[in-house]
Amino acid sequence: MKAPISKLGQLRKGQGGRIVAIEAVAHHEELAQRLMEMGLLEGCSVEVIHEAPFGRDPIAVRVRGALVALRRNEADQITVELDSGRKGA
Amino acid sequence: MSADTPRIALAGNPNCGKTALFNALTGGRQKVGNYPGVTVERKEGTLTMPSGLSLSVLDLPGTYSLDASSPDELITRDVILGLQPSERRPEILVAVADATNLERNLGLVLELRALGKGVLLALNMMDLAEQRGIELDLAVLSKELGVPIVPTVAVRGKGIPELLKQVEELLQSLNSGLNGKSSAGVSAKAAETAQSVAPESWRKPSSEEIRSRFAEVDRVLKLALRRPPKPALWTERIDRVVLHPLWGSLLLGAVLVIMFQAIFSWASAPADLIEAGVGWLGETVQAGMAEGPLRSLIVDGAIAGVGSVLVFLPQILLLFLFILLLEDSGYMSRAAFLMDRLMSRVGLHGRAFIPLLSSYACAVPGIMAARTISSRRDRLTTILVAPLTTCSARLPVYSLLIAAFIPNVVVVGPLRLQGLVMFGLYLGGILATLVMAMIFRKSVFRGPKSPLLMELPSYKWPSVRNIVLGLLERAKIFVRRAGTVILLLSVVLWFLAAYPKPGAEDAVDPAHPAITYSYAGKIGRAIEPLMRPLGFDWRVSIALIPGFAAREVMVSALATVYSIEGGEDEAATALGERLARDWTLPVALSLLVWYVLACQCLSTLAVTRRETNSWLWPMVMLGYMTALAYLGSFATYRLALWLGL
Repeated sequence: MKAPISKLGQLRKGQGGRIVAIEAVAHHEELAQRLMEMGLLEGCSVEVIHEAPFGRDPIAVRVRGALVALRRNEADQITVELDSGRKGA
Repeated sequence: MSADTPRIALAGNPNCGKTALFNALTGGRQKVGNYPGVTVERKEGTLTMPSGLSLSVLDLPGTYSLDASSPDELITRDVILGLQPSERRPEILVAVADATNLERNLGLVLELRALGKGVLLALNMMDLAEQRGIELDLAVLSKELGVPIVPTVAVRGKGIPELLKQVEELLQSLNSGLNGKSSAGVSAKAAETAQSVAPESWRKPSSEEIRSRFAEVDRVLKLALRRPPKPALWTERIDRVVLHPLWGSLLLGAVLVIMFQAIFSWASAPADLIEAGVGWLGETVQAGMAEGPLRSLIVDGAIAGVGSVLVFLPQILLLFLFILLLEDSGYMSRAAFLMDRLMSRVGLHGRAFIPLLSSYACAVPGIMAARTISSRRDRLTTILVAPLTTCSARLPVYSLLIAAFIPNVVVVGPLRLQGLVMFGLYLGGILATLVMAMIFRKSVFRGPKSPLLMELPSYKWPSVRNIVLGLLERAKIFVRRAGTVILLLSVVLWFLAAYPKPGAEDAVDPAHPAITYSYAGKIGRAIEPLMRPLGFDWRVSIALIPGFAAREVMVSALATVYSIEGGEDEAATALGERLARDWTLPVALSLLVWYVLACQCLSTLAVTRRETNSWLWPMVMLGYMTALAYLGSFATYRLALWLGL
C-alpha cells in the first residue's frame, strides 16, 4: 500500500513524514535552494512541531536535527510522504 | 598591525557559537567597524600565539552557505573568496560547527573545504553534544572531511590552546611551500569529493550540487557518528510553553512589559547621575572661564548639547542588555516566529519585529538592526517606518506637555488621564508605523512577501562575557557618535541661536528675548506663516528649528525662547507653568501629534544614509514624515478647535 502524500504546508502539528520532492516553482528556484540549505532535502524526515498562534502560521518543523520556522505558503513547495501510523492526513 | 600579520577568519552557521569563539580568542582586543560601502559590521581582533606570533582574527557574519542572499552573507562569501576589495584574503579559515547539529552544520564546512587551502574545523558546543549523548569518532570525521578538527567549548574557553596549536601548524605547512592541502591522513573518498575549487572560479551551486553536498555529509556522518545526539529535551520542554499559542503569546507580552518598565524605571537613576555630572561640568567650566563667546560655546553649545544626548546612554544600554539576553538565549527568533503573522499582515517580515522593538529606545540602533533582513524591500520598509515608533527622546517633550496640559484626574480605578494620554501617544506611534508600512509595501515596495526561513536554535544560558563585550561595543559606538556628529550639530545650533546678537537699539525683554534676533529666530519667524495653521506661533516655530536636529532639544529651546533661567529640571517645571498659561489645549495637542509623527532627528537621517548608502531614502523619510506630521497636526488642531477644547 502506498503511503499518503501531502504538501508540508498542509500538515498539522504532530504530523510528519519523509520529504519526497522539493518543487522549484519557476522564480522560486532561489527559495527551493534556501530550503535545501536549511536541511529540507529529499529523503530527510520532517515533522511539524509547533504552529504559531494566529492562523496556525508559520510552522516550526524538525528536520536534520534542527528546528526550522517557515510559513505554510513556502512549506507548500515541499512534498511529504506521510508516516504511516501517525494520526490522519 | 602590520600588513603581513597572518589572518584567520571564523565562518559558520548562525547560532553555532562563532562569536563566543571570537570573544574567547581575542578577549577585549576587538575592533568593530563597517565594511566600506555597506553596513555589515566588521569585527576584527588580535591575539598572541604561545609562540609569540601575533594573529589577526576576523569574525564573519553567520551563513548557511556561500550562496549568499543578504548583505551580511555576501560579505562572508566575498571575504572568504578574496573578492572583497578592501580585505586581504584570510590565510586560514576556521569553520565553526555546532557539534549538536552536524547534519546541517557540516554542509557549509564541505563548501569551505572545497576552496582548498588552510581550512580547519572547530567543533563547538562539545559539552552540550556530550550531555546529549553524542558519540563521535573525531579521527574518522577528520579523515573523511579532510580537515583537522579541534573540539571546543567556546563559552568556557575550552579547546582554545589546541585550536591555536592547529592554526600554527597549518600556517607553517602553508608557509613551507607544501601546499596546505597535504593529502596525508585524508581518505581517498574525501580527497576525491573535495576536488578543490580555486576561489576565483567559485560559482553559484545548482540544486543538484546542494543535494550531493548533503549526501556527502550523510556519508561522512554514517562513518563517524556512532551515536547521534538525543533530542534537546529542555528546549522541547521550554518550547511547549514559549511557542504555545496562548501561553507563548502571554509570555511575549509579559517580556515586553517588563522590558519597557525596566528601561523607563531602572534607567532613571544612572540618567540622573549623568545629568548631574554634565551639569557639574558645565558649572565648573562656567566658573573657571571668563565670560565670552568661547565660554558660551563650550558650556551652552558643546557640554549642554552632548550632555542632552548622553543622558540616553543608560536607556540604550538597558535596551541592548535585554536584546542581547533574548538573542543569546535563543528567545529572539521565537518572538519573531510568534509575531510573523501579525507583521506580515502589514507586509513586514517577522524579523522586522526586532528592529522595530529596538526603535522604542532609539531609532538609530533599530535601523541598524534591520541589517538582518535579507530582502531589500522589507529592509527599506522597516528602516523607513522605524522612526515612527515612539523613541525615548520623545519622552521629555511628552512629559512636559502632558504635565502642563492634561489634568491628572482618575478615569477608572488606577487609570489616570495623564497615563492614558501617554499610552495613546504610544498607540498612535504603533498605528502610524503599521499603516505606513502597509502603504509602502503596497506602493513603492510592491512585491511578493519575502519568505520566512529561520532556525529556532536550542536554548542556552547567555554567556556573561558575550553580553558584557556586546554592551561595551554598543556604548562605544553611541559615545563616539555623541562626541562627533552630535557635538558638531550642537555647536552649529548654538551658533544659529546665539548670533547675531541683538543690536544696541534692539529691545531685549521677555516679549523679545535675545534669540529672536538670531538666525534661528529669523528662520522661526520665516516659517511661522507655514506653521500657523497648526496653531504654532513664532515661539514654537523657533523652538522647532533645533528640534529638527534632535527632538529632545526642543525642551531647552523653548526654555531659551521663553527666557527662563535656572537648571534644566527647574526650567522644565517653570516652563510647564508658563506654557499652560500661554498656550491653548489645541496647540498642545497639535504639538504632541507633531511629535508622534515628525522626523526630528539628524542622527536617524545620518544612519539611514549610511545604512542605505544613498541620500534618496533619508530624503524620502524626512519628506513623508514631515507631510504626515503636518497633516496630523493640522487635523488635530482643527478638530480640537471645532470640539471647543
